[in-house]
Amino acid sequence: MKQFKGRVIVPGTCTAEALVSKGGFNTLASYQTPMLLGDKQVKCSDQNNPDLYKKPMIGKALCLPMTIGSTTGGMVLYTVCALGKQPACMLFSMPIDSLAASGAILGDVWTEAKMPVVDMLGDEFLEYAQTGMTITVKEDGVVEVG
Amino acid sequence: MKLTPEQQALLNGEKGEVMAKVVKTLVMYGETFGAERMVPVTSKFGHTVISFGLKIMKPVYELYDQLIEAGLVSDQKFTADPRPVDPNVPASFIEKLVFNKFMYTEQARFEKQMEKLGLIDDDSFTCACYLDQVNNKPLKGEVLSWAESSAVVYANSVLGAKCNRNSGIIELMGSIAGFVPEFGLLTDEGRKATWIVEVKCEKRPEPQLLGSAIGMKVMEDVPYIKGMEKWLGTELNDEVCTYLKDFGAATASNGAVGLYHIENLTPEAVEQGEALIKEGAKVYVIDDAELQRVQDNYPVVWKDINAKPQLCFVGCPHMTYRQLCDWTEAVEKGLEANGLSKVAIPTVFTAPSAVIKEFEKTVLYAKLKSMGIVLSYICPLMYMNNPLVKKKAVITSSNKLRTYTTARYYTEAQILDMITGKEVK
Repeated sequence: MKQFKGRVIVPGTCTAEALVSKGGFNTLASYQTPMLLGDKQVKCSDQNNPDLYKKPMIGKALCLPMTIGSTTGGMVLYTVCALGKQPACMLFSMPIDSLAASGAILGDVWTEAKMPVVDMLGDEFLEYAQTGMTITVKEDGVVEVG
Repeated sequence: MKLTPEQQALLNGEKGEVMAKVVKTLVMYGETFGAERMVPVTSKFGHTVISFGLKIMKPVYELYDQLIEAGLVSDQKFTADPRPVDPNVPASFIEKLVFNKFMYTEQARFEKQMEKLGLIDDDSFTCACYLDQVNNKPLKGEVLSWAESSAVVYANSVLGAKCNRNSGIIELMGSIAGFVPEFGLLTDEGRKATWIVEVKCEKRPEPQLLGSAIGMKVMEDVPYIKGMEKWLGTELNDEVCTYLKDFGAATASNGAVGLYHIENLTPEAVEQGEALIKEGAKVYVIDDAELQRVQDNYPVVWKDINAKPQLCFVGCPHMTYRQLCDWTEAVEKGLEANGLSKVAIPTVFTAPSAVIKEFEKTVLYAKLKSMGIVLSYICPLMYMNNPLVKKKAVITSSNKLRTYTTARYYTEAQILDMITGKEVK
């Protein structure tokens, strides 16, 4: 097991199974089909993301470098949170981008959802974390991967 | 973050709980990125990326209801992204049923909300709000609270305005508050380039392909692009701005670029030159082979990759007046050369309503119609969201549409050949 320390964007704790995107996470492309179809598992619909494509995202510890793509991204994350279909947490290896931050903050301020968000966990975090591993997020931004 | 007494009062609830939450959202947003203060939004108009009343997005419209009920409307009027549906665009009976009964069931409610919140008028739906005919063109140095990735990257790069890659909802909150947190692309430091892109192509690079390659490489960083002078010159004329519209949209959707500089062309690059490049900037060299490699690596998600195309979209982002004229003339020539009078594949050109109105006054409009091309104000991306449409073999020259949908990308020349009935090898 390894520990990584990041910066807390939205505080909280959780333990969940890792879902790792080595490349940028395109929020709109990933969520648009499962949201439209009401997919309970929220399977990723971004065909350009081989790490996540067709994998369930709900309740997972989503590990990613950053989000990319449309500026609807934050609104999509907010909606995901409002509908209770959010990942267990979002863990960024890089500094969080403006769209993901918007979604995380809108979810925190305007919904009841609990989705801890930690950024700046470093490249090593994303290299070490593999889909299927168990991840624990602590209140102070410490993330245990093992 | 240091707030003014007025901003602090808003945060403390002086204008109600909902306004306090709006300001809290903006404060948290700013603090995440190290903003030390709020700055006034100085553009005349805003622009929102949300333009659709999608059933599944009900929480967004509920939030908007909260804003309206609290009497919070935008301080500035705004434009919005294109509408999702147009009855003129080809769709089967069942597809229309899905659009109207299952997908965009909230459209009427949403448009009423937009009107109350400050939409300029009924013709204000386009992603290319900065075109002259639409009249939402910010001035250099103005601070914006916009969202829509293609519009933000254009406003920052080509017009020299200042706007972060805001998300939908956040942009409206900035317009309501009249201020936004100062960070990132609103600061001089944040507008400096951390990549140097050297374009060494032997032929004029396809804008949507070049933008895609750069976007995928630099992600959210700012690139300083060299080697484009022989293709674009040094003047931001109509043709060049059209190129940059499509190029920028691809950088923003295939990556997360909010600002690029092009040597001797874009305003800040002209003024500051290589002083815009940060020390230690990484280098990316692009030649014809690299662009081919990028195109060859796009996944094709059609069930039958050899399927005959059933529909073609040109105009994501929306086409300019010039593009409509050029494409109409090119299609006419192509059809004539191939002995046809109508397009071989059902084709939709998309443009802002204001541009369409201007184009309708020309003789080219009659030609366009006679060739069987549909001209629409629609958002192709929203149209392609229909699960039934996803199964169609749709082709496009838009790398943004390719990124978000099952549409297959071809260069403009390839698209022209395909819709005019010439075989594409």
